[in-house]
Amino acid sequence: MPKLTIDGIEVEVPAGSTVLQAAESIGIEIPRFCYHERLSIAGNCRMCLVEVSPGPPKPAASCALPVAEGMIVKTDSPLAVKARKGVMEFLLINHPLDCPICDQGGECDLQDQALAFGYDRSRYNEPKRAVEEKYMGPLVSTEMTRCIHCTRCIRFATEVAGVPELGAVGRGEHMEVTTYVERAIDSELSGNLVDLCPVGALTNKAYAYIARPWELKKTESIDVFDAVGTNIRIDSRGGEVLRVLPRINEDVNEEWLADKGRYAIDGLKRQRLDRPYVRKDGRLQPATWAEAFGAIAERVKGASGASMAALAGDMACAESMVLLRDLMSSLGSRSLDCRQDGAAFDVTQRESYLFNSGIAGIDEADALLIVGSNPRWEAPVINARIRKRYLRGGFKVAMIGEPRDLTYKHENLGAGVDVLRQVAAGTHPFAEVLKVAERPMIILGMGALTRPDGAAVLALANTLATDLGVVKDGWNGFNVLHTAAARVGGLEAGFVPGPNGRDLEGILKGCESGAVDFVYLLGADEIPMARLGKAFVVYQGSHGDAGAMRADVVLPGAAYTEKDATYVNTEGRCQRTHRAVFPPGDAREDWAILRALSEVLGHKLPQDSLAQVRDRLASVSAVFDDDTAVPVSAWGTFGEPGGEPGELADAPFESVITTYYMTDPISRASRTMAECTEVYGKGNQQRTGTNG
Amino acid sequence: MSSHAPDPNVPEPASFAFTEANMVEATKIIAKYPAGRQRSAVMPLLDIAQRQEGWLSRTAMDYVADLLSVPPIRVYEVATFYTMYRLRPTGKHHIELCTNIACWLRGSDDVKRAAEDVFGVPFGSSNDDVTLEEVECAGACVNAPVVAYKDDYYEDLTYDTAKALFQAMKDGKPLTPGSQIGRQTSCPEGGPTTLKESA
Repeated sequence: MPKLTIDGIEVEVPAGSTVLQAAESIGIEIPRFCYHERLSIAGNCRMCLVEVSPGPPKPAASCALPVAEGMIVKTDSPLAVKARKGVMEFLLINHPLDCPICDQGGECDLQDQALAFGYDRSRYNEPKRAVEEKYMGPLVSTEMTRCIHCTRCIRFATEVAGVPELGAVGRGEHMEVTTYVERAIDSELSGNLVDLCPVGALTNKAYAYIARPWELKKTESIDVFDAVGTNIRIDSRGGEVLRVLPRINEDVNEEWLADKGRYAIDGLKRQRLDRPYVRKDGRLQPATWAEAFGAIAERVKGASGASMAALAGDMACAESMVLLRDLMSSLGSRSLDCRQDGAAFDVTQRESYLFNSGIAGIDEADALLIVGSNPRWEAPVINARIRKRYLRGGFKVAMIGEPRDLTYKHENLGAGVDVLRQVAAGTHPFAEVLKVAERPMIILGMGALTRPDGAAVLALANTLATDLGVVKDGWNGFNVLHTAAARVGGLEAGFVPGPNGRDLEGILKGCESGAVDFVYLLGADEIPMARLGKAFVVYQGSHGDAGAMRADVVLPGAAYTEKDATYVNTEGRCQRTHRAVFPPGDAREDWAILRALSEVLGHKLPQDSLAQVRDRLASVSAVFDDDTAVPVSAWGTFGEPGGEPGELADAPFESVITTYYMTDPISRASRTMAECTEVYGKGNQQRTGTNG
Repeated sequence: MSSHAPDPNVPEPASFAFTEANMVEATKIIAKYPAGRQRSAVMPLLDIAQRQEGWLSRTAMDYVADLLSVPPIRVYEVATFYTMYRLRPTGKHHIELCTNIACWLRGSDDVKRAAEDVFGVPFGSSNDDVTLEEVECAGACVNAPVVAYKDDYYEDLTYDTAKALFQAMKDGKPLTPGSQIGRQTSCPEGGPTTLKESA
């Protein structure tokens, strides 16, 4: 490990580090534009110049300078500062002075660094460069005259997002960052370009000219548009969520955020349920809370528990699910299901429904088999992590399912169940790859488990994992990739059929036959509403979507930005959202609605505060308890009873997501997401940009 | 970019493919690079495409990208960086006159005038017949002023010799490349001035 001196402080860093990294390790921040720790080093902005000896008597770019034994670095010597001032002056030659109308104003690297290294007046009297507008799709707006050519966006698109569509054409002063063919960036991570851009060249189209960063209230929260549990920051002003940014969490999302989580938020302002409704004379009529609760109480009175059922949707929080479970069981009903897609997990074994290796575990894996999933759409951030691992080399990826462009090279083994059976039996060549791998991994998507034969597929995957060493000492590479933020929380909270209870299929069949005549939908919108038959339907949720349309009583709930709620991500990581804004109108936090309803129904729940609800959650599963470690159970067999592969249908594996930009009530209500669907096409990855 | 940028009014050809002979040439060039590094062949291949088509259309660049299995944008980047890749069609006669300091001091303005007189169009303009283009240093300063035409340099021009040269181009007569005053390569004008006697 070379030892060097930076600003008089001696530091020892691993060989191969750069001077900039070494300085950072002792808390010395060197200004930079092009350097980004998650991208390759470009060394083209020259802002990070430092004075280094021994060496040529001129400043060196610290981001691209490897450390060497005995180096003496001065980061703010007069020479270094003068050099940076020169660089800044050159950068500002062609940068417009339009900060007052620029969206980046207030959070602009160039602005901040110009304060430190800029001269207070310009010596440049010649005409400035102007660059033609570029089109980069419905999410990213461009003002390329502001571009300082740091190439972060190009490197992000090429390296992280895996869509090499951005490039720098021309040269020198005439260099322009562009797609050249004027088309939308075909990535589910394109919003991150906005975060990476150190100036106002790439900005958030949906947030254009809306607010200044210092006006915003910043609330740390969790994204619920997929099951990754991306850590986010919600920026709001007044009662409005204005934008969402990712937070850094190395174990989950690093610092990326998928486009749906960032851009679907305008859906929070549309189609909202802001007051209770009760169906009278065949039409939903506005009502008061008392009337709505009264209507439910009347229906429930004297009804048998066996005729009642509850389903939870993809964005339901764990708090509301545990209270609804308690309420239903006090009413005598055991028919609950949080799997509105009918996925077949073994709810008694956590390993059967978790991303066991953890998302960070992808970094360690050396072979991967994806079954029935399109991670690019189901969890773009996880897909980027897989790509990152792929780029490091020594990582074989294969996929069983429809051919998809996953942004990294992989072998498509076919879409049929046969292939999976062959791999499990060890007769397929890829079985050998998994067997010899030190840390093999399998990702089982919802496309494999929501089929009618899902339980048999699960059993087959279980056999495969056991036989091919996917699960071994100190490594569990059996990973289930969920698509719904609420799912694992629901499973942990026990929102599953009790003894003699009906599951989703049972409930739907019961409704059709009339055996079930009361259904409580907790934000469940993606079920076949027609199959609910004549049942009395209560819908509690935030948006007027399919569920509310069918409901007899509508109870307006809070969206994820409007409540303190618990979500468990696909790894089984318990995370909490925080309220950024209040729910609209008469809408209330979901746990409070259930608590109030329970009193009207005469089965008062004992929890009077959120803390008590969380205590209740903690008593149901250790996952929800911050103080208790979650016990790791032994790897067992699961799937169809006995672990035997049952009858397998021949249908090919398909991803459950057919339109990335519209998967839930919020994104369906979002105008931005509708535009994206228009531009990027539905159900396929064909480019339909203006020139595509 | 400016004059180098593609002309939006010029339609893209519907398709592009190397001729058989060019394909043989391209295959040879690609084979020079180790496996997995075929993208290094991008510049010579673009040159072949430009020679075949007269200019580099996006269709041709996409073809080259496809041939080398690189994203098209990586080819556009190269093609737009170098001004000798033509992103818009040129006239039948493409005359490139150096006007950098050495050529300018040695009378490139006269050569410019000669071209305008012969072809009857202002310098810097382009039509189907002729493209009169100003280029940066051609790297032949000793024999300034210099004109590049097809793959040859025409050096030591004056108004008269340039006019004769351009007229010959226009009439399709054979041309003599190199110095127009009989200078041998870049020897001093009028023969050696030093080291005349051997020791």
